[in-house]
Amino acid sequence: MAASGEVQDLRLVNLVKSFGDFTAVDDLTLTIPGGSFFALLGPSGCGKTTTLRMVAGLEAPTSGNILLGDTDITNEKPYKRYVNTVFQSYALFPHLDIFENVAFGLRRRGIKDVSGPVNEMLDLVQLGPMARRKPAQLSGGQQQRVAVARALINEPGVLLLDEPLGALDLKLRRQMQIELKRIQTEVGTTFVHVTHDQEEAMTMADTVAVMNKGRIEQMGAPVDIYDLPKTAFVANFLGQSNSVAGTVQGRSGDDLIVGAPGGSYNVPAARSTRQEGAILLGVRPEKLSIATAGSSAAVPDRHNRATGKVTDASFTGVSTQYLVMTTWGDEWTVFEQNRSVDLLQPGDEVVIHWAPEYTFGLDVPSGE
Amino acid sequence: MPALAPVAGGTKVPSGAGVQRRARTAYLLLIPGIAWLGLFFVVPLVSLFFTSLQAPTGTPGVYQPGFEVANYVTAISDYWPQFIRSFIYSGIATVLALVIAYPLAYFIAFRAGKWRALLLVLVVAPFFASFLLRTYAWRTILADEGFITTTLNALHLLPDNRILNTPIAVIAGLTYNFLPFMILPLYAALERIDPRLIEAAGDLYSSPFTGFRKVVWPLSLPGVVAGTLLTFIPASGDYINATLLGSPQDRMVGNAIQTNFLQFRDYPVASALSFIMMAIILTLVFVYIRRAGTEDLV
Repeated sequence: MAASGEVQDLRLVNLVKSFGDFTAVDDLTLTIPGGSFFALLGPSGCGKTTTLRMVAGLEAPTSGNILLGDTDITNEKPYKRYVNTVFQSYALFPHLDIFENVAFGLRRRGIKDVSGPVNEMLDLVQLGPMARRKPAQLSGGQQQRVAVARALINEPGVLLLDEPLGALDLKLRRQMQIELKRIQTEVGTTFVHVTHDQEEAMTMADTVAVMNKGRIEQMGAPVDIYDLPKTAFVANFLGQSNSVAGTVQGRSGDDLIVGAPGGSYNVPAARSTRQEGAILLGVRPEKLSIATAGSSAAVPDRHNRATGKVTDASFTGVSTQYLVMTTWGDEWTVFEQNRSVDLLQPGDEVVIHWAPEYTFGLDVPSGE
Repeated sequence: MPALAPVAGGTKVPSGAGVQRRARTAYLLLIPGIAWLGLFFVVPLVSLFFTSLQAPTGTPGVYQPGFEVANYVTAISDYWPQFIRSFIYSGIATVLALVIAYPLAYFIAFRAGKWRALLLVLVVAPFFASFLLRTYAWRTILADEGFITTTLNALHLLPDNRILNTPIAVIAGLTYNFLPFMILPLYAALERIDPRLIEAAGDLYSSPFTGFRKVVWPLSLPGVVAGTLLTFIPASGDYINATLLGSPQDRMVGNAIQTNFLQFRDYPVASALSFIMMAIILTLVFVYIRRAGTEDLV
């Protein structure tokens, strides 16, 4: 057994989990650095929860290994591994009060004097006065914090969080995102957080791994993945993207020239996974500028541009979200900061333009 | 705001008369239940109590109103072995039923999957045959020349060389007959337990056994209490099993009450026996529930 409290890397090596014909986790290899806040992000059924359950020991891998530091814990019984879980519905013990819920893991390990650590942990999650209440007497947010305290008090090598904020309303979720981040910074434990909420993943995690169909599509810091998605799935799952399919026609300096419906576009070669042939160009909605067709002369020459017609304008206060039907029949989204009060109206002919360095080039997904 | 008036008129605000009518309906609906209990429970109970204090007239089978506390003394002094036997037999049967029923209920609640409904039907299936008939069947099953007795005898496992007409047969019959009353409440309690709690216990360093002891067992206690009461109370008052499966030395209080009522026509002593039995059971139940502390459970 590894000493608890030590910060160690969690490594998944060629991890596979099949249920009959269905492969839930497909040859996953991944290193989660000790002390990081790591998010496994993906749609439901992508294998993220199965991965988490394998790390917790609640599910046995079909093949592959799980290592904590240098110790192989693949076949270690769940109650023997220094990994603790915050369950999706918290799974607090209803017959025990908050104090005993938090003390549960310590008592099972034969630790006699629990009141010091338990009270300290309850203070950390700001539930000191609630120690003698039963879980049913607490609000959802408080139960959530008990679940975190109950797991963290064991000083696990890794803390697993399975959609921990899923049951909370939006406002409380925001609050708990900050709270969890604070707790993680304070205790320094490795947090592995499974979620389908891209905003939640980006807000909290140092590193996000986007999962799809049992595989990791892309992994990195939220800013990097958002700025430069490597697959169409990531471009659309993590934030929104506008895209157009085209063909690489040549190079101009560091840029690729791409011919596509609506004209010719430049994309930095370094920002493209394809250097020739069919390519999918993408750009984030907030990177776009929008101008009336009449003022198109003011668009900088080097900008990529597309023309179209506004089909919808929704004013959201800080920004306005436009839907623009492009000349080739795709609907693009544009977020425009409300620096002026002259909003465009549905039906207006517009030019959308953006700097080439905001563009990214992707492989055209099969089946498109 | 004239525009709003029709809306306000349209909403159904309960009027004073409506509330009153609803309250009256509730009381009216209670009448059949109260009448039934009054007629078939309270009246017989009071009548039984007065019978238990009646005095003999000299003519056998005829008694007059009185205050014969001696009936109670007779009941206890003549029949204390039956009382003790009743509680020992039904106590052992209850423990056996719990030991048999708990794993079964656990399996149905957590592991049975699509077989769950079928298994529950099978648990209740014996009720489709009469209680008497099923107990008679046990006479055949446990008969001296039957398969079970001959097998166990061949292995020299039976002290009396037989099962039928021994306390073992009575206890076996009681256990069998009241087993469903143990399984069903246990199942109901176990089925309510979130399986994730078991996972959480494992995640928090409990071996499967410790997880059971610290999480599943305490959460199933309401079912254990209900099941043991539903088994113990009817089993301790039963006389069919002792009559059909036991010898005359294995008689229980139920037999004593039956004989006094139907053979000796000693109604006061029979009534006194019933009242003593009731008092003991009520006391035991009260102490038991206090001890189990179920009122503290969710």
